Formats: sequence, structure tokens, C-alpha cells
Amino acid sequence: MVKDTRLSSKLWAAANWTLIGFFILNLGAMIATVVTSSFATRWLGTWLPAGWTTRWYSAAWSEFQLSDVLSVTFQIVFLVVFLSGLLGVPAAYALARRDFPGKKLVMLLFLLPLLVPPITFGIPLATVLYKLGLAGGMSGVVLANLVPTVPFVILVMIPFIEQIDTKIEAAARVFGANTFKLFIHVLLPLLMPGILAALLLVLVRTIAMFELTFLTAGPTSQTLVVALYYAVFAAGVRAVQSIDAMAVIYMITTLIWLVIALRFVNPTQIVARAKK
Amino acid sequence: MSATTSIPLSQRLAARGIDSLTLLVLPAVFFLLALFIYPFLYGLVLSFTPKTGPMLANYTRFFSDSFLYGTIATTLWLALPVTIVTLLLAIPIAFRVRMMKHQRLLTTILVIPITLGTVLVAQGLLNYLGPQGWFNRTLLTLGLISTPVKLLHNYWGVCISLVITGFPFTFLLTLSYLSGVDPALEQAGATLGAGPWERFKHILLPLLLPGLAITFCLSFVQAFSVFPSAVLLGAPAGPTRVISIAAYQAAFEEYDYSMASAVAMIMGVVQLSIVVVVLAARGMLYRGPAGGGKG
Amino acid sequence: MTIHAANFRELRLDNLSRDFGTHNAVKDVSLTIKKGEFIALLGPSGCGKSTTLNLIAGLLPATGGGIWLDDRRIDPLRPEERGFGMVFQNYALFPHMSVKRNIGFGLKMRGVQKSEIERRVGEAAALVRLQGQTEKLPGQLSGGQQQRVAIARAIVVEPPLVLMDEPLSNLDAKLRLEMRAEIRRIHNTLGATTIYVTHDQEEALSLADRIVVMRDGQVRQVGGPEDLFSRPDHLDVAEFMGFRNKVAGRVASVEGEHATVTVGDAKVVGRVRGTVAPGGQAWLAIRPEDLHPAAAGGAGLKASVVSTEFRGREFVGFSRMADGTDLSFLAHDRIAPGGEVTLAADPDRVLVFGGAA
Repeated sequence: MVKDTRLSSKLWAAANWTLIGFFILNLGAMIATVVTSSFATRWLGTWLPAGWTTRWYSAAWSEFQLSDVLSVTFQIVFLVVFLSGLLGVPAAYALARRDFPGKKLVMLLFLLPLLVPPITFGIPLATVLYKLGLAGGMSGVVLANLVPTVPFVILVMIPFIEQIDTKIEAAARVFGANTFKLFIHVLLPLLMPGILAALLLVLVRTIAMFELTFLTAGPTSQTLVVALYYAVFAAGVRAVQSIDAMAVIYMITTLIWLVIALRFVNPTQIVARAKK
Repeated sequence: MSATTSIPLSQRLAARGIDSLTLLVLPAVFFLLALFIYPFLYGLVLSFTPKTGPMLANYTRFFSDSFLYGTIATTLWLALPVTIVTLLLAIPIAFRVRMMKHQRLLTTILVIPITLGTVLVAQGLLNYLGPQGWFNRTLLTLGLISTPVKLLHNYWGVCISLVITGFPFTFLLTLSYLSGVDPALEQAGATLGAGPWERFKHILLPLLLPGLAITFCLSFVQAFSVFPSAVLLGAPAGPTRVISIAAYQAAFEEYDYSMASAVAMIMGVVQLSIVVVVLAARGMLYRGPAGGGKG
Repeated sequence: MTIHAANFRELRLDNLSRDFGTHNAVKDVSLTIKKGEFIALLGPSGCGKSTTLNLIAGLLPATGGGIWLDDRRIDPLRPEERGFGMVFQNYALFPHMSVKRNIGFGLKMRGVQKSEIERRVGEAAALVRLQGQTEKLPGQLSGGQQQRVAIARAIVVEPPLVLMDEPLSNLDAKLRLEMRAEIRRIHNTLGATTIYVTHDQEEALSLADRIVVMRDGQVRQVGGPEDLFSRPDHLDVAEFMGFRNKVAGRVASVEGEHATVTVGDAKVVGRVRGTVAPGGQAWLAIRPEDLHPAAAGGAGLKASVVSTEFRGREFVGFSRMADGTDLSFLAHDRIAPGGEVTLAADPDRVLVFGGAA
């Protein structure tokens, strides 16, 4: 990088920082509004609420049956994480290590679900799942969510596997490891950081995944984000503070996992880089 | 008897890259064939078997009803400006962040909106941008406006929320492409007499363009599928009635799955054609490694 | 040939310093480089030689001292205003530009006319023997060819100074020798003032008019190749120049240029470097190729042979003295491991440095 000390460069830098500052300030203020409102007794036409209370949290908890919603959310999310690892990691391994006829087509198959937004493939998918009687329950939600997460795991894992020297595997074979032992003793420990990173990102993405869950969920299989959508959509029925309390609960759920995820991964990994 | 016939089939396949290890790819392939390709084809067929009328009834209905075909323009009018604005914001900020030694904290903060998701951002903006919200209050107090700006339940509300949720994604992609460019190239440019703007124009931008094209496509696809923000922050019956709302209503309010599939297909075709145009333009650019040589 | 070096008399580094926080990467480096000279900055990795080069190029701001081109102070200038040419370690060729556009980039930035650029790029390509390759992209060239493009790109702008940062380190041994000759040939043709950073003493000795040996961010010694090779001023420079045998002893006497040093019960005579006082501690430095087994009954350093290796014309022996000091030497015959040898060297080929063990 070449440092520059000219005035025009300094002005340009200042303009950039103003932009960044403006973005972060408004983002922070937006989040702060939600948090403030969730602790407010009455907040109409003033800078700050008239008084403070925590009762909206207990209200939201019972009104929206959050204990059920949270337990459903985590069951769905962990199933999605587990299954996308189970399907995605072996496929990524095969794709990273072998060149076979039709590989380009297979790669395209894995790229498409990330290039087509969920709402587009979600509608025909939901139609099929309803037809099969799978939608409306937890299995339908899990299946729908796996459609983008399996390719995501594959695309994140391929470069990770490629960077592991094949000689290590060859060495393990020479010293007498069969495929299973090779996998358990050599590959799994080497791949663990990558798998962990990919799965944590799947977890964060699935918690925040709205469209697919929205299209396939029934009343008993709503995740937190869908429940929040319905609450906001039907605003006016409930007190706004109670919706905000729920929003804060949702925010904490995603942010905790985000912070954990970012301990292990580089932020740029959150977007799977589409390689051509 | 030729030598090749005596080689077992498994070995001949292995020589072409197919062995037991390759088979590991199959479960994922079958899964996506069943849950991605099949529903798509099913939807395609379904869209040509309307509830009533001839094969193309859904499509003729869509393109003859301005309430339906107008959604394409509405969606593009939201998605294209939002994509361009986020890209124009992301590029200088990514350049700035690349020059920093400790980028992690800042990138983390900028990443937060992705994980919050569209629904929470919508709820937050409903509070924050409302006539009594802090945003309008600040502007009023500063004397910049005399009556609150209306930013909700119209075009601008959706725009703002799409920029907020789309920016981090665009920014992260741009940053990751940018960090793939060898800093020595910029140094080489400087020693050859190129100033900051010339280095950007002749070296960084050409190397970055293919990546920016991909970034544009992915951000555009995200903005195109706008659904929750259009419903919650926009005017879903009017100016922000986007195509995904039309599809959703057909499916879950009219229970006309055939029509809904037709709308979904149209949606897919429109966004893919834009993506294809951008990628075709990208095909004309240099697309090699962005390193400065071997090693 | 119209490519020629720009006119100036000398480049002066005046107490140039650069620190990263508390760590001094370069400390008070002063050096005067005359027009047309080929200077090598030589030292182990981390000695500050690349940092010095980056300071001269303007890629790093200095934290102390100054850089002068004749009477003009240039260290406040940005790299693009200095007008030097630089060859980077990984070449840093612009991967999206053809060879022609790479070479012509500097001229384009200087606003040279198109036809003029065309002509001068052609000449530079011919000079580095790349005719016929100019439409290719760098990725289509071999390592050696990429190296030639990098050199052409740096010299085509006729810079007062060409900076080279370990330009040969990415090439294989054979190509390295070839490109070394090539760099010297181009230098002889153009007479461009060159500063060349390397950690390879052989490269520095064969290329440079003067060598600057650096260590810990400071200049240890400056001199011509022959000078440094036979008369290093410091023990560490001597080691770097191939005086790999290092033996501790005590000074018995000093007679003019020579001193006698006792090592155990042996006495070794050598040339004095630096200050040496009788009775003080001293180091002997001897090249392996100057140390041989003494004739039967001759005096010298006693050691037991660990192993010998055949090197074509003679054998290289590895031995250890009673106090554990390792000695390498040359012998005409193979000596069985475990055998005792007495090793001696021509006094003019032994260096004596003062200092504690």
C-alpha cells in the first residue's frame, strides 16, 4: 500500500470516514431505538420514554409463546447445521480432490441455489412440499433450509480442503491407514477448523433465514424470525414495546452466534465467494 | 486380445476420476436434484397447466394485467438503484478498510446487518425513521427540516432498508476481491510515476472489475427478491408492490399455485437475464490471477 | 541506443532511519552513490536492506534523516514523483496488461506521445531480448521472461536510479546465473545507476562495483568486492564472506600487520583486522578452502575428523577440536573418521579479530 499525504487524499479519506461514520451511527441508533423501546413504559413524541420497565419481556415471552418458538428454532437450526455438514463436507471433499466428467455441471448445480434468491425457488419448492404433505411441519422447514446451506458448506469447504497437501493423505495411506482411519485420524482433525467455520455460518444464516421458513412453516414450526415477521405485520394488535422486546430477544440470539462465529472465521467468509 | 480389456472396469473409471471417493458427491447431488431442480421443473410444468384456460393462460394474464406486469418495473426500479448505490458506497469504504491495520472490528460492525436480517431491520426502521423517531427528531432539532420527512410506507423506506441489509454483503465481497490484488502492483505503479487516481484507474479497477461484476450480480439478486421490507416498510398495495409480493399473493392468498409458479418463473427469468448480461460483459474483461508474477 | 541514464552526480543517504514502533529497522544509514555505480546491499534477512531500498523508492516514509539527489532533497516526495525504476522481488507485473503495455506504463504516466512510447518500448524489449513476445500477457511467460519484462519496465523510463529487490530469488539456479549475466550486461550497456538488494554474497560479489554489508539495520562495511572478500573489517562480515571457521584464542604477540594467537597449545599467525592487543582475547577466522592438513610433524590446530565428503577435485573434511569448536577444511585424500589431524593455513589467509569469546 502506498501512503499518501496530499491534501486531496486527506479530504477523500475524511469523506470516506464520514460515510462510514454516518452508516454506523444510523445503524447503531436504529438498534438503540428497538432496545430503548423494549424497556419503555410509554414512549410517544419525546426523545426518551416516560419511564422504564422490564415487563414487556415477560409479556412478549407469554404472548408470543417464545419458549416454544425458541425451542422450535433451535431444533430446526441444529438439524439444518448437522445435515448440511453431513451432506456438504463429503461432497466438498470429492470435488476438491477429483476431476471427473461432468464436474462443471455438478458445480453449477451447487452454485445455482446461491445465485437464485430463496423467494424465487421457495415458491415452487413450497408447492412441492405441500403436495407431499411435508410442509407445515418441522421436516419441511428443515428440508427447505438445506437447499441453500448444503451448497454454501460445499463452496466454503472446497478451497479449505484444496489447501491441505494431498501428500499428507498419501503418507497416511503408505503407513497403513484405510479410508475410515484416514478420515478419523488425519482428515477430520485437519478439516475441523474449516468445518466449524462453515457450520457456524450456516447456523447464523439459518437463524436469520426468513423467506424459506416463512413459505414452508406451519403454526407449530415457526422460527423466531417468522414469528417476529407476523408480529410486526400485525402491529397494532399488540403493544409495540412487546414486539420490540421480541426483536431484542431475536437480536441477542443471532448476535451471540455471530460473535462466536467471528472468533473462528474471517468476516469475508460470511459471503461464500462465487468462483467461476 | 488388447491390453486395455484386461484392466478391470473400476480401474478404468478411476483413471477418469471416478472412484469410491468421487461417489461422496452423490448424496448432495441427489438432494439438490430432488429439492431444487425437481421443484423448479415441477413449477415450470405447473405454470403451463393453469386452473382454467389454455396452456399460456397464466402468462397472458400476467402480461395483460398492469397490476401484475407492473411489478417487474417496480422491482427493477428498486433493485437496480439500490444495487448501484450499495456498490458505490462499498468500493471506497473497502479501499479505506484495506489500508487499515486493524480491520476486524470495523468489518464486524459492518457485518451486523446481514445477521440481523431483513425483518429486524424493518422493525428497527419503523421506530427509527417514524415521524416521532430519533432520525426526524434530530433533523428537526438541527433545523434542517421543518416537518418530519416521510420515509416509511413508501419507496424510500424500502430503499433504505435494502441498502442497509445489502451493503454489508456487497462490502464484504468487494473487500475479499480487493484483498486478492497484490499490493506490490500498486507499489510498482507508484514507482513508475502513477498517482493515486491513475493507480486506481489503470491497475486496481481493471483487476477488480470482474469481481465487481460478480458482486453486482449477487447484490442485485438479493435486492430483487425483496419481500419482507417491501411488505413491512413499503406500500405493498401500491408503489412497492414488487413481483415477489405478486407471487406470494397468488400462492397463499388465492391458492392458485399454477399462477404463483408462473410468476416465480417470470421472476427467475428477469433476474437471470440481468445476471447473464452482466456476466457476458464480464467475459470481455481480463480474468486471470491478480498476483504480480510467480511465487 | 537512445535509452540512457538521466543526468545527476550522486545520491546521498544522510543518517537515514526507519523504526517500526520500538524496533529500529534501519538506523543512521549514510551512504553516497555515484552516478553509474552498481551498488549491492548485502545482508541476512531482517538486516534492513529491503527497508532501505523501500525508503529510497518512497514506498515507506523515513522516520529520520534524509535522501538527497545532488542538492535536491527527495525524501518528502511520493514514489511517483521520484522517477526511479524498480524491479520487485515477485516482479509485480500488471497481470491484465500485455508485455508492451507493462513496459510502456511508466512512459504513459509521464505523458509521452504514443508513437514515442511504441518506439522506446520496442527498444527496451530488444534490449532485454523479448522481441516477438510483446503482445503476450505476463501469465503466458516463463519466470525468466517475466523477469526481463520487469527489468525493461524499470529501465525504459531512463530513471536516474534503478532499484532491484532480490530480483533473482524466484528463479532456479541455472536461470539465476543466466539472468545475473544479463543484468550486468544491461548495466554495462546503459550505465544506469543501480542499487541491488540481495542476501546472496556470490551474487553481490559478481555484480556490484561496491558492496554495502548491513546487519541489524546498520551499515557494517562498504567496499569493493575484492576488498570485502579478503579484508572484512568485522568478524560477522568475515563469516558472511565465507570465513566459516571461527576459533577463539588469546593474543600472544603483535608484529606489524600480523599477530600470533595461542589456541590451546598451538600457535597460529594471522593478519590483524581492527584493534588487537597482546594478552587480549581474539577470534581467528579462516575459510575452509584455506585450511589444510599440515605436513607430517607440522604445527597447527589439532582436531579429530568427523567425516569427509568427496567434492570432485578434493575432499571436504569436517572435524572437531578438543574444546568442541567445529573446523571444516580441504584435503587431497580421504581421512577416516576418528583420525587425528593437524590443520594449518597460510598466515596471510588467516584473519585475527579482537574481542571476547
